[in-house]
Amino acid sequence: MLKRKIVLGFAAALTASAALATVAQARDLTVVSWGGAYQDAQKKVYFEPFKKAAGVPMNDESWDGGVGVLRAKVQGGAATWDVVQVESDELAVGCEEGLFEKLDYSKIGGETAYIPPSVNACGVGAILYDFVLGYDKDKLKEAPKGWADFFDTKKIPGKRALRQGPKTTLEIALMADGVAPKDVYKVLATDEGIERAFKKLDTIKGDIVWWKAGAQPPQLLASGEVAMTSVYNGRIDTANKNEKKNFGMVWDGALFTIDTWVILKGSPNKDAAYKFLDFVGKAENQSKLSENIAYGTSNKDAAALLAPAVLKDLPTAPDNIKNAVEINVAFWLENIDRLTERFNKWAAK
Amino acid sequence: MTDALLTGADASTEVPLKRRLRRAERARQVKALALVLPLLVFLLFTFAGPIAGMLWRAVDDREVRLVLPQTIAALASWDGRDLPDEKAYAALAGDIMAARASGTIAIAAKRLNYALNGFRTILTTTARNLKTAPEPGTAKETLGKINPAWRERATWTTIKDASGPVTGFYLLSALDLTRNADGGIIAAPPDQAIYRDVFVRTFLISLSVTALCLILGFPVAYLLAALPPGRSNLLMIFVLLPFWTSLLVRTCAWIVLLQGKGVVNDSLLWLGIIDAPLRLIYNRFGVCVAMTHVLLPFMILPLYSSMKAISPAYMRAAASLGAPPLTAFLRIYLPQTLPGIGAGSLLVFILALGYYITPALVGGAADQMISYFIALYTTETANWGLASALGAVLLLATILLALVYGKLVQGQQVTGGMKN
Repeated sequence: MLKRKIVLGFAAALTASAALATVAQARDLTVVSWGGAYQDAQKKVYFEPFKKAAGVPMNDESWDGGVGVLRAKVQGGAATWDVVQVESDELAVGCEEGLFEKLDYSKIGGETAYIPPSVNACGVGAILYDFVLGYDKDKLKEAPKGWADFFDTKKIPGKRALRQGPKTTLEIALMADGVAPKDVYKVLATDEGIERAFKKLDTIKGDIVWWKAGAQPPQLLASGEVAMTSVYNGRIDTANKNEKKNFGMVWDGALFTIDTWVILKGSPNKDAAYKFLDFVGKAENQSKLSENIAYGTSNKDAAALLAPAVLKDLPTAPDNIKNAVEINVAFWLENIDRLTERFNKWAAK
Repeated sequence: MTDALLTGADASTEVPLKRRLRRAERARQVKALALVLPLLVFLLFTFAGPIAGMLWRAVDDREVRLVLPQTIAALASWDGRDLPDEKAYAALAGDIMAARASGTIAIAAKRLNYALNGFRTILTTTARNLKTAPEPGTAKETLGKINPAWRERATWTTIKDASGPVTGFYLLSALDLTRNADGGIIAAPPDQAIYRDVFVRTFLISLSVTALCLILGFPVAYLLAALPPGRSNLLMIFVLLPFWTSLLVRTCAWIVLLQGKGVVNDSLLWLGIIDAPLRLIYNRFGVCVAMTHVLLPFMILPLYSSMKAISPAYMRAAASLGAPPLTAFLRIYLPQTLPGIGAGSLLVFILALGYYITPALVGGAADQMISYFIALYTTETANWGLASALGAVLLLATILLALVYGKLVQGQQVTGGMKN
């Protein structure tokens, strides 16, 4: 009796999994993003309207990054995702390894519709965000003007916070030392440039607090632990909006980076994926995202549709991006291990 | 032995008692084993398997072999003195063309870049500029034109060193060692030699935290063991409550207490004890304070259970025999708590070795322990070979310590001179 039940159970399970397998082959479009408040905003202005407008069923999932995950999805034959939002280093490595479809821009409005740094052979930019100099307007008598002030403890006393590790720290040190934003990586590519950055860091070594997670800088500012910090621009904006803080940002010499939509290699839903990318690439849809969360977007015309009050706090506002520098992925892919060791050697001295 | 028994036995089919006994024993053992079998299998899959996998990753080196197979084969006979011959160059050109078509060039580039910084660019630019296979006999010239690095001996020795299938490269790196062009083991360049310092730092922090826990935990455990049950239970709640609270919450609470404008500094300023805020956090002090607080229950609980077992009659007897309190404590009480001290210290020390979140949040850049680097190489830079090698070194050091502890504690079960 029991045996028969087990056999029946097995049969049922088998049919169910077979049914599931066929569903998986003809599954709905699956879009993967970063979760949290950001994905909530995307749901509101991208996913739900897209379902209605295109009549294409889709689900969304979230992930925490890592090129290894994508490699497993594509090469392990467990391709349950179609469109994924990736960070710049994942884009570079994944593109080299052939994990993503080469993008046909003619299906998503053409390359000219997007700002140049967001156009990539394997993907199209989704958002642009910045590392900026953040400070508390209520605590500082005079506002800092840029990274040079960040290193000037006489002019503005108090501690400073930077992200632990060499990435972004060395660029900031060079800009503080007078290197123009556009020349930062040229200088950093030389041994003298690296020496120069560490020498500059030496000048305020005792006054630096190192942060590791994006949530820390606003907290360090709010508690008065530091006078200034490097910080993701969205965090400053959120603290001002939701916690009634009076934080300021300096856009001059900001470091920006772009997150990108990619289509995973061999996706069975390529047509729907292109439809989706076309939809989220349209200026009128992107402008709604910026109204919900302070990130810039990739369409050239999106900024023009925004109210001036919203625009002035975005990384993509013409005045804000004028003197910003893009974090150089190729440089860091090549040098991150070596410079991490070097940075820690310096920190332990 | 059994033969002797059998020949001495009569011709009946009676199985000798000894053998039956052994059979019964064995059956019992098999039954017992069957009971723990699920656990053993579980441990094998969730514990031993992954650890073996990690140790394997620390020496596994098949990436370059996978991407540049012909080159590796051509370099097998190369003595490493001058540049390799035309054959090797042609093989490399073929490998690069094939790897570019299959999109695997980055895998080899990443591995070679660990050994020689800049190799990623050498390979990717070569792949990009090598449009067609070079004419027979011109491979050396063509590659040298595309990137002068192919005219360097070091470029080729790097490939040969990375030809796998196993390598000591990551383990050497984890110990701040490297190989020179002739294969001899030498110290790593000073600006990359950090891991020995980090290991020493990890052990020092763990040791200080263990000592602090012992100094603070011993009196608390004594008090708990000495009080009548009602009140000791109440106090036990105070020990266990933080024990049950999330690690993250406790760490963040210390940030609120110790920061520049935190509770501690503000109180001291208000009392006029100090004129300027003290630096209590984002340094070694903050790490030791927060970790001691988090790990204190792990010291108190073993101590408490060992003290609970000590009969108060011993101390009374010592006093009645004229021992002053300190002597009685040192000679009678303390030796009996040694197992508790040992167990608590080992527990705290080994837990402290692997600490990651607390030093990351309340430490400075010079207070990061080895687990920070293991996490960094695992998740951020995806250098799994180095992450595994660092993990392997930590594992080995921990096992050695546990063995030393075992040796020290053995035969230390002092009974205060009483023989039972």
